[in-house]
Parts: sequence; C-alpha cells; structure tokens
Amino acid sequence: MCAAHNRLTEMKMKTFAGGIHPPDNKQWSAHKAIEDCPMPAELIVPLAQHIGAPSVPCVAVGQQVFKGQEIGSAKGFVSVPVHAPTSGEIVAVENRPHPWGTSLPAVVIRPDAEDRWSPELQPAEPGELSPEQIVEKVRQAGVVGMGGAAFPAHVKMSPPPEKQINTLIFNGVECEPYLTADHRMMLEEPERILQGVALLQYVLGVERVVIGIEANKPDAIALMTEMCAGTPVEVISLEVKYPQGAEKQLIAAVAGLEVPSGGLPMDIGVAVHNVSTAAAVTDAVVYGRPLIERVCTVTGPAIREPKNLRIRIGTLLSHLIDACGGLVEEPGKIILGGPMMGFAQLGFDVPAIRGTSGLLLLRHEDVALQPEGPCIRCARCVQACPINLLPTTIAAYARRDLSSEAAEYCAMDCIECGSCSYVCPAAIPLVQAVRYGKAAILAKKRKA
Amino acid sequence: MNKVSQQLYLSSSPHIHSGETTAKVMRAVLYSLVPACAVAVYFFGLSALLVLLLATFGCMATEAVCQRLMGQPVTIADGSAAITGVLLALNLPPTSPWWLTLLGAVIAIVIGKQVYGGLGSNPFNPALVARVVLLISFPVQMTTWSAPAPLGSGLDLVTTATPLGTWKNAVMLTGQAPVEMQGGMTQYFLGNMPGCIGEVSALALLLGAAYLLYRRILTWHIPAAFVGSVVLFSGLFWLINPAKYPSPIFHLLTGGLVLGAFYMATDMVTTPVSPRGMLLFGAGCGLLTVLIRLFGGYPEGVSFAILLMNASTPLIDRYLRPRTFGVQAGKG
Repeated sequence: MCAAHNRLTEMKMKTFAGGIHPPDNKQWSAHKAIEDCPMPAELIVPLAQHIGAPSVPCVAVGQQVFKGQEIGSAKGFVSVPVHAPTSGEIVAVENRPHPWGTSLPAVVIRPDAEDRWSPELQPAEPGELSPEQIVEKVRQAGVVGMGGAAFPAHVKMSPPPEKQINTLIFNGVECEPYLTADHRMMLEEPERILQGVALLQYVLGVERVVIGIEANKPDAIALMTEMCAGTPVEVISLEVKYPQGAEKQLIAAVAGLEVPSGGLPMDIGVAVHNVSTAAAVTDAVVYGRPLIERVCTVTGPAIREPKNLRIRIGTLLSHLIDACGGLVEEPGKIILGGPMMGFAQLGFDVPAIRGTSGLLLLRHEDVALQPEGPCIRCARCVQACPINLLPTTIAAYARRDLSSEAAEYCAMDCIECGSCSYVCPAAIPLVQAVRYGKAAILAKKRKA
Repeated sequence: MNKVSQQLYLSSSPHIHSGETTAKVMRAVLYSLVPACAVAVYFFGLSALLVLLLATFGCMATEAVCQRLMGQPVTIADGSAAITGVLLALNLPPTSPWWLTLLGAVIAIVIGKQVYGGLGSNPFNPALVARVVLLISFPVQMTTWSAPAPLGSGLDLVTTATPLGTWKNAVMLTGQAPVEMQGGMTQYFLGNMPGCIGEVSALALLLGAAYLLYRRILTWHIPAAFVGSVVLFSGLFWLINPAKYPSPIFHLLTGGLVLGAFYMATDMVTTPVSPRGMLLFGAGCGLLTVLIRLFGGYPEGVSFAILLMNASTPLIDRYLRPRTFGVQAGKG
C-alpha cells in the first residue's frame, strides 16, 4: 500500500523520460555529519584539475607558501589557477600519478602545521562589487563545477551577450548512488549555498531561480524550502531516478526544455550550477578564499567507517582511507566519483582533486564481470536511454568501426550516463562501445 | 591494510550492473507460460503434455547438437531453446503425432534460428517458422482439431473444427456466417474450444502476460497495437455486414490472437526496439490477421501476419527511430 502510494506520488513528481532506478546505497553516509579530514603529511596538487587548459606552476621548489596562495596560474580563458591548500614548503614540482589515469604535473607541498592564510586574501562586501568583479573573483579563486565534471565556473557566469540567461538552476540532485556530499552540504551549510545562489543570480541577472533536489533527501528539501521562503528561489522535489542530475535531464525536469543537440544550456537561456559550487562561489567572493577544499563522500562496502570528509585538494586516497578506519577487505575496484560515472583507479597513490565528490570502494563481488552474451534486442537500453538513442545499434556499429553509421544514429548526443550498460541483460558494454565510437567520430573529424 | 595486493578491476564506468541476465529473462517467460500449459493439459489431456515435452526437449537437443557440430559453446541452459519449444507446442494441434512435433522442433532451431547465427540473430520467430512449414507441408495433421475433453470428464478427444474454421467453411459455402456456433464467448475466453494447444485459453495467456508486464519483460506497445488494430479493422467489416463478418470479440477470443499478440508477436529478437516501431509492428500484425482471416485461404492468419511483420522489422527499426533528445521533430 505504502509502496504503491510512493509510486503514485513519484509519478506526479517532475522528472525526465527514460532513466533507471539503481539502489541508491546512500544510507551508509547520509546521516553522517561532515568531518574535517586530518592534515596529511604531504599534499600533491595537480595543475590540471578542470576541463580546459592546465595551469602553469608559478612557485619553485623550496619556496614557502601560504594557504590559499596561487601555485599554478591559469592559461587562457577556459582555465583556472590552482592554490596551496595549506601553508608549507614546496618540495617538488613534477609529474605524479593523477586520477585521470596517467602521470601529470603537480605541485607537492609539505604542510608546516600552521595553516596560515595568505595575507593577500581579503574579505569583500559583495554589495559593493559589480558582476564583472564577482566573476573575476570566482575565476581567481579557481572555482570549478563541483559535481564532478569540474568545468570552470566563471565561464558559465559570463555567457556571450546574445545569450540572455533567464533560468538559473542549482543542482542538488546527487543522483549517483552512494554519494552524499551535496546532501550534507545542503543540510549543514545552507547559508553558504544560498549566499552563492544570490550572487550567481545577481551576476546573471536572472528572474527564475530553482534548486532541484531528488525526493530521497526530504530533510534537505524541507530545510532549503524553509530557508528560501520569501526569496525568489524555488525549491523543487524531483523524482528519484538516475541520471536526474545530468544537466540536460535536470533542465528537462525543471524547465521542461530540451538543450538542443550539440548545443549548451545557455542556448535556451538556462545556466546550471551545482549547490556545492554555489558554496565555493560564496567563499571566493565574500571571504576571498580560493577553492582549496571540498566535501568528499568516502564510502562503499569495503571501507570500515563511511564518512563525509572535508578534504584538502591534493590529499592522497590512502590518507582518506586511514581517516575512515581503513579497509574491511581488499577492494575489487577503487572509484573516484559515483558508481555510474566515476573513474576506476589503479591504486591509492593518487590525490583527490576539485572534482572528487566521492571515493567509492567496492568489493570483488560487487564488480565481478558477467560474461557477455549476444544482444536479444530486448530494448531495455532503448527504454533506459535518457537521450532516446538506440544504444544497442550505435554500439554494434561502433564495435565494427563503422563510425559514420554510429554518427548517423546520433552517437555524439550520448551523455555517457551508463544507464544502457546497467540494464543490459546480455552484459554488453554498451556505453563503453559508444564512447569508443564517439572517439572514432572525433578522430575522423580532426583528420578531415 | 592500505596496500592493494590483489588484482583490481580497471574498467570505464558504469561500475555496477542491474543483475538482470538473459537467462533470468528467459526463465521469467517460461514461468509465464505455465498457466497456459496447465490449461492445455486440463482440456486436452496427456496428448497435449506429450507434445509440450517433445517440442521442448526436441528444441533443446537440436540446439545442443547444432552448437556442438559448429564447435560453439552449448548454451541451452539460457532457456531460449526451451521457450522456442514451448511456444512451438502451443502452436500445434493437441493431437500432433510425435514425428510432426519433433520435426517442428528441428525446423524451428535449425532453419528458424541456428542458420542465422543463433540467439539474437534470427529475423523470424523460430516457433512460427516451424509452425508455418508444418502447416504448408502437412495440412491434414496440422488442421485436425479436437474438441476439449477436460480431465475427469471421461470424454475422449473427438475431431471437430475450430470456431474460425467453422466460420470460414460457412462463408465459403453460403456467403453468410453460420447460424449457430459451438460454445460461446465465455467458453472461448476460458479455453473450452478446439484449437492449438496454447491458443485456447485467453484467460491463462493473459495471466502469464500480466506477470511479464509486471516484470517489465513485456511492454504494452505490441499487444495493445495488435489487439487494437484487430478490433478496429474487424469491427469495420462487422459494422458493414454483421450477417457475414464475425464481431471483434469473436476475433479476439478465437484462434491464436491472444497467444500471437502477447507471446509470438512480442518475441524480442524479431520485433522493433523503439516504442513507435513496436506500435506500427503490432498494428501491421492486426491488419494482416484480419485480412487473412476474412479474405485469405486459411481460416487463421496470426502466424502469417507476424512472420510478414518480422520481415519488415529491420525497415521499421531504420525509419521509426525515437526522436533524439534535443533534436527537433522532422530534422533528425
């Protein structure tokens, strides 16, 4: 009766077409208050942590740096600077293992335990700042999208003049199973988030502001609704369905609009920011503090004590595991991010970066591969695809290296949410094949 | 315990899976056919049971032999050959001789499935391929129908004609529908009528289909479009001349319509993958069924209709693709 009722209310709730219902597994960490992660012995801060050009180091080995001091300078418009997460000595500027699966340039800092802020970083009165000054502060602070993709926030805050933004959406969906970082942020630091919401609204000159939250976080919905009473900000409860938090699906659910194929949200007058990004904007503008820490959910069946940790950027994964009581058993897979779109890691010697929303440790039994069988054309991938693609057809073309045919079936529109692979009873690596096809299509375009 | 000594899985996302497997899907389909099989055995007795067992094991054995001969792994445990077998049996008369049943099993697996490359590659529904080959090759055995003799009634199976056959004969001879038909709509619904093993009880078939809908193995598109178009087109003729053409209800409850619409036309491998494609597929099946029943040489047209639509599945899939998100209709 209760389940049937829930289903009914869910049906009335806003959402998008397609999608899947994986078990959310958020119960391990959803009730755990954010804890400060102890200072590690060494911080390895990669210069590439965002989409766009990596920053260039502007410090030398042996130099003392303050907390918040710039250690890597932005290179170009779609790029952001990188900052020291604490005060200490630069011990190396060299290639180190990076979460993206290779070794990349990083600045290594040995903390001096004093954690002294750079005296140059001064608070500001946001009311006295122009939109341009706010965007500049956000850029200088290295704020990127905190949902995982890490796209520089200042770029989204300065759309070309012909693209007038009229709807600003904040993403509090957190539809990836296991992750609870945004949930805890909304519960524990709503003022920080809402101050950033107001700043972004002011910068973009937007009338309609919406915070979208998945219905499995009723406490966050209630709190945010209460705090937004009397403000122009509307809080919307969204159906629990993956990938509700994907940008295009969130816009479809909230505004009923489709981002045009190959286009951007700004093409239909919409901007989307993560709720935690809003909090980082507050830090940058109001306190003058750069993005040097974030909340990260350390969770999964292989960890002893799942937690929501406030971590310094550059903390090694091994340190995060120690902070959570160590491992219960050997993990089968180490994932940065969620289980649907996160990145598998080779080991614990990589640092957490600005986009690291979670560290998920799955056991061998959770990730054992099922043998692949032939496609029985059951069409579950078609029903699950939130972009209305034919995943099985695109994957079949991609695997035969027929990239023009894959492109004709709109392979480039795939958002790589992985819903197709998740539901496939034949265990065909559908989204993986589509990714391969997309890469082939792009390679062909570059050659032409 | 911070070192990783054992091997780690390293693959691109997603890192979790629903746990659904092809074998689980096939098993669910088999479970859903239990009521229909039970009703068949109740009405037609041991001869129906024999046909069911022979067809099922015949299909599984044929698949195993084929795969062994081709040096492929034997996959009869996935349940797909068993489904073909059960569906074939449900499409045969209850008095089918043993050799006819076995021959059907071999045709279904060899000509209907394995020559195309096995599971997932066959364009036509294997059970229907076998039924149609048998129907054309052995018309006498394939159209010898029996009146049901429910278990415990003490009756023997007596040869008689199906309701559709009775109607077709009358129309061919007199140009009018027969004045009186054996049984009534309630009896047809329950399955108390002559016909193939599995097509007699609409009730049992619908029970199984409800389970498949609940398990989300079946979607409503094909059955709804199939049944809907049969009602529409047969209703049209009935309204024009009710003295000659039977009512839509008669069309729905007799012959293989329910079995066809819910089980044969919903075979995943041989039907379109997009919702719009499924609707067109179902509607095409319905139209062809009515045309063959009313104007064709055979009293029943469900099998032919489905096979003809199977042939058009690749075309439907090609031209009725879902509208890609963010692409405006007509521009895709």
